[in-house]
Amino acid sequence: MAEVMKLHYTVSGDDFTRAGETSSKVKKTLNQLGFRPEVVRKVAISMYEAEINMVIHANGGTIDVDISPEEIIIVMQDTGPGIPDIEKAMQEGYSTADHNVRELGFGAGMGLPNMKRYSDDMQIDTEVGKGTCVKLVIKAKE
Amino acid sequence: MEKYWHSVTLDKDLCKGCTHCLKLCPTQAIRVQGGKAKILKERCIDCGECIRVCPYHAKKAVTDSFEMLKRFKHSIALVAPAFYGQFSRTEDIDTILTALIDLGFDDVFEVAKGAQAVTKKTNELLASGELLKPSISSACPAVVRLIAIKFPNLISNIVPLKSPMEVSAAQAREEAAIKTGLSPDEIGIFFISPCAAKATFIKGGYTVNKSNVDGVISIKDVCIKMSRQFQKIADVKNLHEAGSSGVMWAASGGEAEATTAKKFIAVDGIHNVIKVLEEIEDGKLGDIEYVEALACPGGCVGGPLTTENSFSARAKIQRICKSIDDTDVTFGENINMFWDQAMVYRPVMNLDPDINEAMRKLNLIDELYEQLPKLDCGSCGSPGCRTLAEDIVRGYAKETDCIFKLREKVSAMARDMLELEGQNTLLSSKKSEEENK
Repeated sequence: MAEVMKLHYTVSGDDFTRAGETSSKVKKTLNQLGFRPEVVRKVAISMYEAEINMVIHANGGTIDVDISPEEIIIVMQDTGPGIPDIEKAMQEGYSTADHNVRELGFGAGMGLPNMKRYSDDMQIDTEVGKGTCVKLVIKAKE
Repeated sequence: MEKYWHSVTLDKDLCKGCTHCLKLCPTQAIRVQGGKAKILKERCIDCGECIRVCPYHAKKAVTDSFEMLKRFKHSIALVAPAFYGQFSRTEDIDTILTALIDLGFDDVFEVAKGAQAVTKKTNELLASGELLKPSISSACPAVVRLIAIKFPNLISNIVPLKSPMEVSAAQAREEAAIKTGLSPDEIGIFFISPCAAKATFIKGGYTVNKSNVDGVISIKDVCIKMSRQFQKIADVKNLHEAGSSGVMWAASGGEAEATTAKKFIAVDGIHNVIKVLEEIEDGKLGDIEYVEALACPGGCVGGPLTTENSFSARAKIQRICKSIDDTDVTFGENINMFWDQAMVYRPVMNLDPDINEAMRKLNLIDELYEQLPKLDCGSCGSPGCRTLAEDIVRGYAKETDCIFKLREKVSAMARDMLELEGQNTLLSSKKSEEENK
């Protein structure tokens, strides 16, 4: 038996109401596996933010979660517009979400900052016009 | 006391082994085995969903009987505010409380007063800024249990205060001891309860060492006796003291509205509560200050041990509250309103204490689940295909408990037999051919 459990999800880009389904599933899985509540919470919140980002900005994408007793690695890949200025995007409150999205209560400019806050390591690989790949690492061991 | 004592129990003789309760149980705590439902004690939160939905009345709440009053020199009825909304004959609190005295209680104490005291303390805590936002009410014992087994991250969001019932019981005992000169243990405190969760709580609450309530009598049981009592009331005593904000706790929204929280939500019905708790866990409701969460639809008036439907009861409570003042009867200076002990996470949903082993099991569950029909029919005795896969891996069930899997197996066996039979016929005809040569 492999020591790493691999989960793969596709996030559909056209349905706001379903954003959060994936993080919810992963949360349930981690709880069943017996991960510490703080770890589950960090994964749930950072993944939820990422999922919303994919729906708002990138018309969906894929999420891969590698679970091992030591750490949880989340890789989110989309083929959206890319992030032109990562430094700006990392500022709390900065958002490029359009008016319609904000009307729905999203686009507060907390997505990337929250992902960074709740993860132990975050790497962003992005190219304008091609897409974005965000990798989050959350340590499971105390 | 048994580690997992529950008020909610099953009457095996009445159970038909159908799937009503199985599918509605919010913690997947029910299985049907050998044609009868079975409650997994470590998972049950006593919400009473199964009592409400069972068409054969096989699910019951164990409560205490009036006989228990005799054990004490002085008995006090601790009256849940939901009780006031149960009668078509009267909406007068004094009349209702007098009828309780006539029924055999030496005194009454309104839990609505305890509710007012809890509100006051909650407001102090909200103002202090010490609480985690959103703060979750600790009033409903079923919700507290749910959080303890399914939402470990929200344990620290619960306001660490005792429930109005517990606070009222402490106050009632103290007042009665002074009034009667009896020792506190000669006084019996009986909660007139709309729900099973309270009965479970007094025998093994997560947050109090020992409950101040001696017995729990269901609203139903009292109402049956009361209906005959009303006509006999000679003189209505002046017993009502509670203010309207305490009485309003009976229905969903009453508790939250009594707080000073500007942004609050009030959620009722255990399945709705789960949805909201999930959102809180995901960090979605960070701007909310206070969450009132009640397991029963409509709040306590919708409790499984009430007689009146929750809509009529709610309307009655609202009318009653309009007719009375919001008298400030706050007490609590002498009693400890905080939990005796901190709440701990009870990871009953875990697959294994070892994460590696749990991962192995989860992989097996995923493989098994892929093979199942995903109809969630419940015929196997588990609430759905996913839970059956879990039960198989945990060792409580087998694949052929699934009737579709069983059918596949039986047809495969039938095919094998036919094939075997065909081979035999072929062999014997060959034999006879050779003999004829």
